[in-house]
Amino acid sequence: MTLPKAATTLAPIALVGPGTHTTTAPSSSSEHLTPEQIEQIGKELDALRTEVMNSLGEKDAKYIRRVIATQRALEFGGRAVLLFARFPPAWLLGTAALSVAKILDNMEIGHNVLHGQWDWMRDPKIHSTTWEWDHATPAAAWKRTHNYEHHTFTNIRGKDRDLGYTVLRVTPEQEWKPIALIQPLTNLGLSLIFEWGIALYDLEFDRRAAGEMPEEEAKAQMAAFRRKALRQIAKDFVLYPALSGPRGFLATAAANLVANLVRNVWSHAVIFCGHFPEPTETFEESRLEGETRGEWYVRQMLGSANLSGGPIFHIMTGNLSHQIEHHCFPDMPSNRYRQIAPKVREICARYGLRYNTGPLPKQYFKVLKKIARLALPGGK
Amino acid sequence: MGALAAISRRVRDVAGLLTQPILPDDVLGTINPLWSRSEPHARIVELRRETPDTTTLVLRPGRRRPRHVPGQFVGIGLQIDGVWHWRTYSITSRPDDPHLAVTVTAVPGGLVSGRLAHATPVGTLVRIGPPSGEFVLPDPPPEQLLMVGAGSGITPIMGIVQDLAARRPELLDGAVLVHADRTERDLIFGAELRRISAATGMRLVPWLSARAGRLSAEALTDAVPDWAARLTYACGPAGLLDTLTELWERSGDPESLRIERFVPPPVSAEGVPGGRVRFTVSGITAEAAPGQGLMAAGEAAGALLPSGCRMGICHTCVGVLRSGAVRDLRTGDLHDTPDQYVRTCVNGAVGDVEIEL
Repeated sequence: MTLPKAATTLAPIALVGPGTHTTTAPSSSSEHLTPEQIEQIGKELDALRTEVMNSLGEKDAKYIRRVIATQRALEFGGRAVLLFARFPPAWLLGTAALSVAKILDNMEIGHNVLHGQWDWMRDPKIHSTTWEWDHATPAAAWKRTHNYEHHTFTNIRGKDRDLGYTVLRVTPEQEWKPIALIQPLTNLGLSLIFEWGIALYDLEFDRRAAGEMPEEEAKAQMAAFRRKALRQIAKDFVLYPALSGPRGFLATAAANLVANLVRNVWSHAVIFCGHFPEPTETFEESRLEGETRGEWYVRQMLGSANLSGGPIFHIMTGNLSHQIEHHCFPDMPSNRYRQIAPKVREICARYGLRYNTGPLPKQYFKVLKKIARLALPGGK
Repeated sequence: MGALAAISRRVRDVAGLLTQPILPDDVLGTINPLWSRSEPHARIVELRRETPDTTTLVLRPGRRRPRHVPGQFVGIGLQIDGVWHWRTYSITSRPDDPHLAVTVTAVPGGLVSGRLAHATPVGTLVRIGPPSGEFVLPDPPPEQLLMVGAGSGITPIMGIVQDLAARRPELLDGAVLVHADRTERDLIFGAELRRISAATGMRLVPWLSARAGRLSAEALTDAVPDWAARLTYACGPAGLLDTLTELWERSGDPESLRIERFVPPPVSAEGVPGGRVRFTVSGITAEAAPGQGLMAAGEAAGALLPSGCRMGICHTCVGVLRSGAVRDLRTGDLHDTPDQYVRTCVNGAVGDVEIEL
């Protein structure tokens, strides 16, 4: 094995800023670890994964079925109430139910089912190859950019397009361009239209422009997007409003718009808190060369950040509040992350690795601060 | 009827716009699995203990009762520890019965059969597949019928006999049923078959192997001297079916013997080194071990593959071979023509393979 060298010579860039207090270990990187220790971390995490995956059973299956049933009850219950959206109490109730339904659909259900977390049940109705979600981007496009590109190349600068989603400067190593000056506004806008931002991002216009995508593939993806997007828009802004009658049309359309906005702002906040709050680290592409399993785990842990909160909060974030655990084990059912989080944290503490976590407002503020700072050239 | 179907399809299309990205059917299935058309379910409404290790499950299907021909089998999906397991069982109820019955014998060490025969309570929801199978009578049915059912092999024959007794009892007059098992109390449907025999004139020949030894070719020809003149349906252990096949090939007309195997002939790992199997539709890649079926390898890697009998009979599991070579684990036949259909349950990988599934 040739890895040991990489672990010590490719010291990740320290991104610790002043005033960050969420570290549980003093170290800012993995420099202090010997190759043997890194290998040992890999073994411990592998063992943890095996233990959980072997224990999956009826309780887990019931959990995801219950979440799906709850989501569908909220969605169709909410939409039924919104048929009377011209009455303010119905508008409020329906919009709240639909907002929660859309968040559950995207976060705890869609994202996780599409990761294959529930494939072990062999249920054709809850399977990564058959699932489709209430989101502008087709499931297949999402799986390509997210499951493979982001999860494999997490926080590798130049490889992980999720680092700033091609429109934001989120690490000082990214080249500064004048457009970055308005990136606090760009970010705000992105947060409002996040669903569409992701859909456009999944179409990979940067790769198209660079001539890296075969034309046929590009056309097929565009057609799939158009089909999905049209149906999504028709449902929320034409069909259900029309069902509410001429006097309810606008009220229902407005309710659906708000539910979409709530989902967008919420998922944007949760997702941006997954990799951008200080002091998460980014890495150079050369790190990938000969990267071992242990080094891969270390990169995932140092490149991710958790959110602290209660059980309902975790579900509403799709358990991406356990981003660190999710990045170590992307295909582990999300209901198990909470159970293993103390063990992962203990492993980090024992090896002197940072375990970045904090409440959502605090972590999100750090993200906004970083985006504001990096709007200007330089940064650290 | 055609107009009604067209209207209901149109209604579903419109409803689909309102439920997208899921189907109206998924919404119904979430409220009550029995309402799902795309993933048909059935509820167990009655259990009949036939023998110490055999139970008949009476199922009330959901929205649509699957149509079957007597003698066919049906896939039953049972969730065990959160995982869906599919097995096929012969249907032992009549096509015009609103309920669907399958009769399950617990196989030693069998996860699903043991659970179904002994530990699945009334009220359990199972999934059901489309009935299939070629072990059915020709139309019109033959005048001279011989049936040989041994062990749980009596179950498809029971499906046939019951239906004839109800619809065409005159065809059973003069028919012969050789019913073999270890002892009297192991005979599945013993009492029911005696009743049918008394009512129709069907000749019932019980064969108890604990007393009389295994049913041999000589014993059969002694018991049914005019065997060669009859159309014969046989189902039972592989050894018995091999014996009968040999007898019919030697001194009868092989065309007049119809057999149904429950257990696949022994598989061989010879010439099946395994390899990397890529399922092109799902994009899932599996490592197939030497002698392992493509289906087993794919399922272990999390692929969702069509499956039915899992023994190379029903062709539910076929996929297009896009590249590479596979070998039939039972016969040793090599398939390496691109774009041909192969059964994933009984073919193993000979090197790296791409299957369109």
